[in-house]
This record gives sequence, C-alpha cells and structure tokens, in this order.
Amino acid sequence: MTPMVGFLARRLFYLLPVLIAVSLLTFLIASLLPGDLAYTILGDQATPENVAALRHDMGLDEPIWWRYLGWLGHVLEGDLGRSFRTGQTVLQAVAERLPVSFELMLFAQIIALAVGVPLAIVCAARSGGPFDRFMTGTAFGMLSVPAFLSAILLIYLFAVELHWLPATGYIPFTEDPIGNLRFFVLPSLTLGLAEWPGIMRVLRSDMIAALQEDYITLAKAKGLKPSRILFVHALKPSSLTLITITGINIGRLMGGTVIVETIFALPGIGRLLVGAIGTRDLIILQGVVLCIACGYVLMNFVVDMLYAVIDPRIRHGHA
Amino acid sequence: MATLELSIHEEAVSPVRTGRRLGMLFWTAIGWMILVFAVAILAPLLPLPSPTDMDMLERRAAFSALHWLGTDGLGRDELARLVYGARISLVVGLCAPVIGVTIGGALGMLAGYFRGRFEALAVGSMDVLLAFPPLIFALAVTAFLGQSIFNLTCVLGVLSIPAFMRVARAATLTLARREFVIAAQALGASHARILLRELLPNVALPLLAFFLLGVAVIILVEGALSFLGLGVPPPISSWGSMIGEGRESLDVAPRLAFIPAIVMFLTVLSFNLIGDTLRAITDPRQGAL
Repeated sequence: MTPMVGFLARRLFYLLPVLIAVSLLTFLIASLLPGDLAYTILGDQATPENVAALRHDMGLDEPIWWRYLGWLGHVLEGDLGRSFRTGQTVLQAVAERLPVSFELMLFAQIIALAVGVPLAIVCAARSGGPFDRFMTGTAFGMLSVPAFLSAILLIYLFAVELHWLPATGYIPFTEDPIGNLRFFVLPSLTLGLAEWPGIMRVLRSDMIAALQEDYITLAKAKGLKPSRILFVHALKPSSLTLITITGINIGRLMGGTVIVETIFALPGIGRLLVGAIGTRDLIILQGVVLCIACGYVLMNFVVDMLYAVIDPRIRHGHA
Repeated sequence: MATLELSIHEEAVSPVRTGRRLGMLFWTAIGWMILVFAVAILAPLLPLPSPTDMDMLERRAAFSALHWLGTDGLGRDELARLVYGARISLVVGLCAPVIGVTIGGALGMLAGYFRGRFEALAVGSMDVLLAFPPLIFALAVTAFLGQSIFNLTCVLGVLSIPAFMRVARAATLTLARREFVIAAQALGASHARILLRELLPNVALPLLAFFLLGVAVIILVEGALSFLGLGVPPPISSWGSMIGEGRESLDVAPRLAFIPAIVMFLTVLSFNLIGDTLRAITDPRQGAL
C-alpha cells in the first residue's frame, strides 16, 4: 500500500464518525429544542386533535432515535425533505442557490489573495521597515472590522454617495454577465477585505522565517537576483501555509457569506438560511445546516488531502 | 467575518512591541476599556434619557443639548442606546468566553495531562463542534432556542470551548514534561494538586491573553447576529442592532450606523491590542523571533 492510499484511508476512516456526529447534532438541534414542528406548520388555530394527527402523520410521536434513523435513511437516499411553506425540496433550494454563494466566495478569495500575498511579500522583503510596520498595523486593525461594518462603509461610499455600483440585487450570469459582475463587486470586496489580513499576517511571518534559512543564504551567495530569491525560493515553500490558511478560513468565509448575502440581497445559501429562520421553515433550516456542515467537513478533507499531496512528510506521518 | 478559530494559528509578529510609542497605544486601549466599562456599569445612574422611549416628532434629530448624539429612526436617544448597548455587548462578550475558558480550559488541561483515551475523546468531540461554521451554528441554535441574551451567551460560550481547549491543551502538554511537574510527581503529589497548584498558574496566563482575544471575537459575532436581527431581541439595543437599524437610513442619516460602528471598532480593537500584548509577553516563541 502506498503511503498516499494509506493516508487517504486513515482520513476517510476519521471522516465517517465526524459526518455521523454532524448529522446527529443537526437532527438533535432541530428536534430537541422547543417549538414543535406540527404547531409551526398548523399555526395558532391548531386544535390538539389536528396537531396529534399531523404529529402521527409525520412520525413525530415515535421515539427520537427511531426518527433519527429514519431521517438519516432518507438523507442517504438524497431526500432531505421539502419546505412546508414553498413545497420546494431542500436539495432543489440548495442547488438553485449554491452557484451564487460559490461565485461570491470565489471572488472574495481571489480579492483576498490578490491583496494579501503581494503585501506579505513586500513586507517580508523589508521587514521592520516603515511600510512593513504600517501594513502590519493596518492588518491588525482590520481584524477588528467585521464584514458587516465594511459592507456598510462600502455601500455608503460606492452606492449612496458615488452611485457607481448597485447596493443590493442580483441578476443571473447567463442573462447579463456584466450586470451580474456589477452586483458582485461590493459583496466580494466586503468579504475580501475581511479575509486579506489573515492571509497577509501568516504569510508574512512565514516568509520572514523562510528568508533566514540557510538555503536562502546560499542562493544569495550564488548571486541570484533578489526577486528570484523572494518569489521562487522563499514563496514556494510557503504555498503550504497558504493552503492551510485557506482551509482555516473556509468556515469564516461561509459565515461571512451569510451576512454579506443578507446585506446585499444576493440569493445564495446564506440568504436561504436566514430566510428559513425568519419564516421558521424548520425543514429547510435543518437541511441547509446539514448541507453547509457536510460541505465544510468535506472541504477541510480536501484541504488535508491537498496538503498531503504537496508535503510528503504528512502522508508518511512525520509531521 | 470574525470567527472563534482566529488567532492561535496566527503567529505573525504582532504590531505590539515593547517600546515607548506602542506602549502608549496599549495604555490608550486600557483607557478606552475603562471608559466603556465605567459607562456601561453606571448607565442607570447617568443622566440619560430612556433608551427605549420613542418620540415620533423627534425622529433622526440632529445633535442637541437634549440628545447629545441625536435620535434614531424611532426618535430614541442615540447616546442612551449606545450606552445600554455597551452593557449587552460587554455582558455577552465577557460571559460567553467565561463559559468557554472554564469548560475548554478544564477539558484542555485534563486532556493534556492525562493523555490517552480521554484526550482522543475530547479532541474528537471538539472536531465535531468545529465541523459547523461557527456563525451558522450560532444562527441555527438561536433560531430554535429563541432569541434571548441568555441563549445567545450560552451558544457563543459553547462555540468558544474548542479554541480555549486547544490553547490549554497545548500549554499543558509542554508544561507537563517540565522538571517542576516531575519533581511534584516524585514528591507524591496527587493529580489534583499537580493540576491545580503546579499547572494551572502556568496555563492561566496564556489563557487570559486568549480570553481577551475571545472577548473581541464574541463581541463581533454578537454584533453580526444582532445586525441581522437574530441576536438580542428588540427593543433592547445592542451595537450590532443599532448598526443594522442605521443601515436603513444610510442616505439621510449615515451617522446612525457609523457612530455605533466606530464605538464597536474601538472597543474590539482595544481588546485585541491588550490581548495581543499579553500574548506577546506570555508566548516565549514571540520573544525568540
């Protein structure tokens, strides 16, 4: 068995219990907490008989572990239930909105990398200098600016004062690509602004450490160009760090997506979630939380795998 | 968006260094903290109008002697709402990390000291909790539990447990191998005594530094939830909900969103600065760099 396959098997073996626990926790949150689903569906005018009948129809009067197994069985068959408000299935609703959230996260990540990586390189090259001190301070300050603050600032500046960009709304890419991108500028900028300080801070300290390594001294002694040393010799090993930060930031990015989609009225997963909370659409809520959590776990898994592909030490278990 | 997994991975050189100029920044942060705390604690004694009394004739009034910071969209005094909002942010921001540092700190120390199965179980269950993006977990649970300050604090507290556990476990792991612990074991000290008398005083300092960073993160998460209208229930004012309400009138009265935003930013920045300075002092790696 090659080390890669062994590593994959170990990680998969670990993934399974986590996914089961995630599904159990999602189910329990929705089932044990106050607020009976039958009452929510029937509304205030429900008679006790009606509620009892609906509870029986939906299987709510059965023991909880039995309901969990039944629910899990449906989930494994790809049936996450359907909204009792719109009649749409959870999978339909999620599939419809996933591209929007994905586009947003992609643009945000690109912006964050485009700002964070060059700044980290410049700061690391002249660490301790005035520019480095200024940018480190700025990045530190940005950690105290949540997405909803920068969103308000950007809306005020670009939509209210300058009228350059729309504050809210969405148009599908297939209908009007330019219009679609215009709607995405402010939301992705908001998320990107929240993300770059983390990337810049970690990459910068990583590169400062790398620049003190012996092989950099050797490269300098060989008379290599400083730019080549910086980009090839120092930045390349830091690609691992970049992947790690991206992985760690996915959860934050997902949380930020909820906020940003709500502020800018983008019809993504986050807005679906907040909308479901508003209408107390428990089936959608439960399904969306499960999808997000599983997606998050799987993305972390992919990041782990990527890490192992790049760094042989990890798949051999020496890390 | 801020989350609870911030900071421990970021071993970046902090802008806080020992030296006179940044020392001033640190003391400014302390000063701002004292001001916010004092105002929040003394809020009922201060000569402020009620934060919930509406005055429909005085909607979005400008700054005046009666309303120092004007009034909001429902004619409520902005300064009073800001001051009472500070109470919410501080209560949630302090109580939630207390839950996290107590449970997470204890679990982390036990896991780092006893190792073995208990450690595997503790780390594994934290992995499950970490499998939910924090903000989304908080949203879902408060949606089901119902919106109240108590529920919000508990949810955010539970969410902060894994981070505190990691810090406590990491610190305990290195400390448990040190000579003074081995000496205590050789002297026949009980596990409880070693944990409480030998290890706890040493783990407490990094935990405290991390606690302050945790407060900053929790204030931001509470702000985000309240901003969405899913945090503290109205008519209670919180900085987040004030910013959320101010968003509706960005075109006519942007200050309604910007004043609470600035106050929140300064407060979170102060916690971050103080926490980061403490961490720089307590973390030997930082000194070596």
